[in-house]
Amino acid sequence: MKQEEDLIIKFATANINLYRIMSKDIKVRKGLDLRLKGEAEKAISNAPKSKTFAIKPSEFHLVTPKLLVKEGAKVKVGDPIFYSKANKEVKIVSPVSGTLTAIERGAKRVILKIVIEADAQQEVTDFGSLSVESSDGDTIKSRLLEGGVWPFIKQRPYDVVADPETAPRDIFISGFSSAPLAPDYDFVLKGKEKELQAALTALSKMTAGKVHVGVRDKKSSVFSSMRNIELHSVAGPHPAGNVGTQIGMLAPVNKGETIWTLEAQNLVIIGELLLTGRFNPERIIAVAGSSVKTPKYYRAALGMSLNGIIKDAGLNEDNVRVINGNVLTGVKEPMDGFLSYYANMISVIPEGDDYEFFGWNKPIFNKISTSRALTFSWMQPNKKYELNTNTNGEHRAFVLTGKYEEVFPLDIYPLQILKACMIQDLDEMEAMGMYEVAPEDFALTEFVCVSKQPHQEIIRKGLDLMYKEIG
Amino acid sequence: MGLKENLHKLKKKYEGKKMAPAFNALHTFLYLPNETTHSGSHIRAADDLKRTMNTVILALVPCLLFGMFNAGYQHYAAIDETLRAAPLANFFTMDNFLMGCITILPLVIVSYGVGLAVEFLFAVVKGHEVEEGYLVTGMLVPLIVPVDIPLWMLTVAIIFGVVIGKEVFGGTGMNILNPALTIRAFLFFAYPTWMSGDKVWVHGAVERSKEIAGGANLDAISGETILGSYAQNQDIMYSLQDMFLGFIPGSVGETSKLLIIIGALFLIFTKVGSWRIILSTLVGALIMGLIFNGVISAGWIEESSKFYGLMNVPFWQHLIIGSILFGAVYMATDPVSAAQTNKGKWIYGFLIGFISIMIRVFNPAYPEGVFLAILLMNVFAPTIDHYVLQGNIKRRQKRLKVKTA
Repeated sequence: MKQEEDLIIKFATANINLYRIMSKDIKVRKGLDLRLKGEAEKAISNAPKSKTFAIKPSEFHLVTPKLLVKEGAKVKVGDPIFYSKANKEVKIVSPVSGTLTAIERGAKRVILKIVIEADAQQEVTDFGSLSVESSDGDTIKSRLLEGGVWPFIKQRPYDVVADPETAPRDIFISGFSSAPLAPDYDFVLKGKEKELQAALTALSKMTAGKVHVGVRDKKSSVFSSMRNIELHSVAGPHPAGNVGTQIGMLAPVNKGETIWTLEAQNLVIIGELLLTGRFNPERIIAVAGSSVKTPKYYRAALGMSLNGIIKDAGLNEDNVRVINGNVLTGVKEPMDGFLSYYANMISVIPEGDDYEFFGWNKPIFNKISTSRALTFSWMQPNKKYELNTNTNGEHRAFVLTGKYEEVFPLDIYPLQILKACMIQDLDEMEAMGMYEVAPEDFALTEFVCVSKQPHQEIIRKGLDLMYKEIG
Repeated sequence: MGLKENLHKLKKKYEGKKMAPAFNALHTFLYLPNETTHSGSHIRAADDLKRTMNTVILALVPCLLFGMFNAGYQHYAAIDETLRAAPLANFFTMDNFLMGCITILPLVIVSYGVGLAVEFLFAVVKGHEVEEGYLVTGMLVPLIVPVDIPLWMLTVAIIFGVVIGKEVFGGTGMNILNPALTIRAFLFFAYPTWMSGDKVWVHGAVERSKEIAGGANLDAISGETILGSYAQNQDIMYSLQDMFLGFIPGSVGETSKLLIIIGALFLIFTKVGSWRIILSTLVGALIMGLIFNGVISAGWIEESSKFYGLMNVPFWQHLIIGSILFGAVYMATDPVSAAQTNKGKWIYGFLIGFISIMIRVFNPAYPEGVFLAILLMNVFAPTIDHYVLQGNIKRRQKRLKVKTA
């Protein structure tokens, strides 16, 4: 009996794998492309040198930092600064060589920021190169952990830094971004094919499944020539470029499964570590938004001060919001803040902290709307808008229905899952598909929400609750 | 110092105080607030709840204006039957409009005054912002009551409807029943003589009949609705054109089918109203009408039966008599009390239409079944949604089973 069962299981899994191997063409039908002013011009400048660098532990969600160095310590590029309390091996390393000058703490002594003053001469810790082709998954994993690039691997469920103990079913990478003003990955990844390939091969050894990469065009993408991956073409409006959308359309996460996701840009850092043995914090970011005078690309470094870049790019106005990341999912950053570990762009848009006379009933031409309630963005689908941070209305209870579904491509009921999160009903959350989602999947529903509910925050809190209660 | 700065200062002054919600409600009526995004998306779409509600009100204004003319027209036509010979010529007159103003504006004022007072009170006591839901309810209420309803009745009903229909559940967005229909239901069950019969639909008819009973030598005014006539197996005195254009007695806003259709198209175009619900309600009503027509043609029912009159109405005519169209467009589409899933909306709307016509035919004493059907389906909407969601949940579980098998 037992043998028969095993056989059946083997047969079934083989079939599933067969089904998953196929490269697919996905078409996303529900979504919304937000066209904003201030797209980055395709020219790369070197970011002005930054004296101060900072690491913010809050960027690594749910990682409780345990410091490895004290104030005044000397660190090199690639030296570990802190590790995760939950798993000693998950380390966050310094993006710069210099002196650790300050550890800023907030309420309950939570570490807000670890500040490092850069030396004139940059020294790099060398981990030694690793032959990716001839190494096995475990060797690669321990190298990624010690080299400090592990935090770039995120996992679903929960959208947190991946747990090294759990092998992923599959690994998903989005080869493009469809977010507003997002950088063109084919442009920023040009010339990094060697690093990308090394990272992809390494990742393919860490999963029994596949490394899936979704691209706009299977022929012209930087990923077109890559080996050891499954290439999928993804058409349609934002959130087509969100990795969550691609997972949902290819093979959604089931209860008990884990999948890993990576940002395409971070593959370069991983690949370089494997090839050269060095942690290279360099990354090309887009600086964009209607408040930027000359939006373009910069060769920047993780954790560097934004002062120089913003000054170099110039601002059109004073009252602006600087965002680490894109305008839908990024994090607000003070003007003299620092580049996030995960950001692939800096967005700068006008603050909207002003009143608007009869703003709720007059016809509107200069803002985006999915309705036609005296809003006229439907008449000019290709117009580029200059949106500010005003909420365009006050927070209300959920009233309208059917709005979110228009921009939400996953096979999940968005309104109902949000309500399940709000009432903290774990069974309901699980049944409705919480394992499949990340806050970023709800950025568009949040954008169109007439009741101005904080969808991403609701989902984040829901995921945190599940993580705590179910793990 | 402009108005904007002064108001901003006042807002800061009131911040955290008990009266802040009341002040903010008025302030945000003038100015879109200066609130910026704090978490998640840094930009937001242009629409807010005020704009949405405002769109529904815009769609209702033609019905209200028409209702004002019609109130005068029905009043004068009841006294002088000859007016009915040429309704188009005698309809849009100043006299009619003035009579409409006298009779209907008080309803509107009472509706908004009382309803908003209750809303403000609850907002101040509970310390939350005044939500916009009542802006639409307040407009709907005068449109779904008979013209001559005494204002005190309306007041009592509105207080009941807003408190029991909405506030006890937690305010806008939390209610199970449509507040406007709760008000209507309260009036219907508390004061049935004022909500049906042949006297209440025309201004002055009730008073006139009292005077006649008191011995005055006057002609009686009668204003039976079409449904009432059908229910009593009487002949209908109005042409189809009159029914469609709305020159007939009835609740204030429900009579002009043309304007309701225009309102519906506006709501669907602006994406504020759910076309799924509107369409499926009408389909449900037509199918029930067809079934009854089938019963008649099969000869299962005698002509003497009290159901015969309404069963014999050609199925499509059900849409232009009574308030089914008004209910489908403005009442069933209330997003809070309706089904909230797209699939659920189809079922919800269909059943509303289906049950409306069923009640209409089988309850000759009170042949207007739409509002009861909508209230009934309001109660069942969460159940419908539940089963739609179960479909999604089952699909997810099945996927898991395939994997683990």
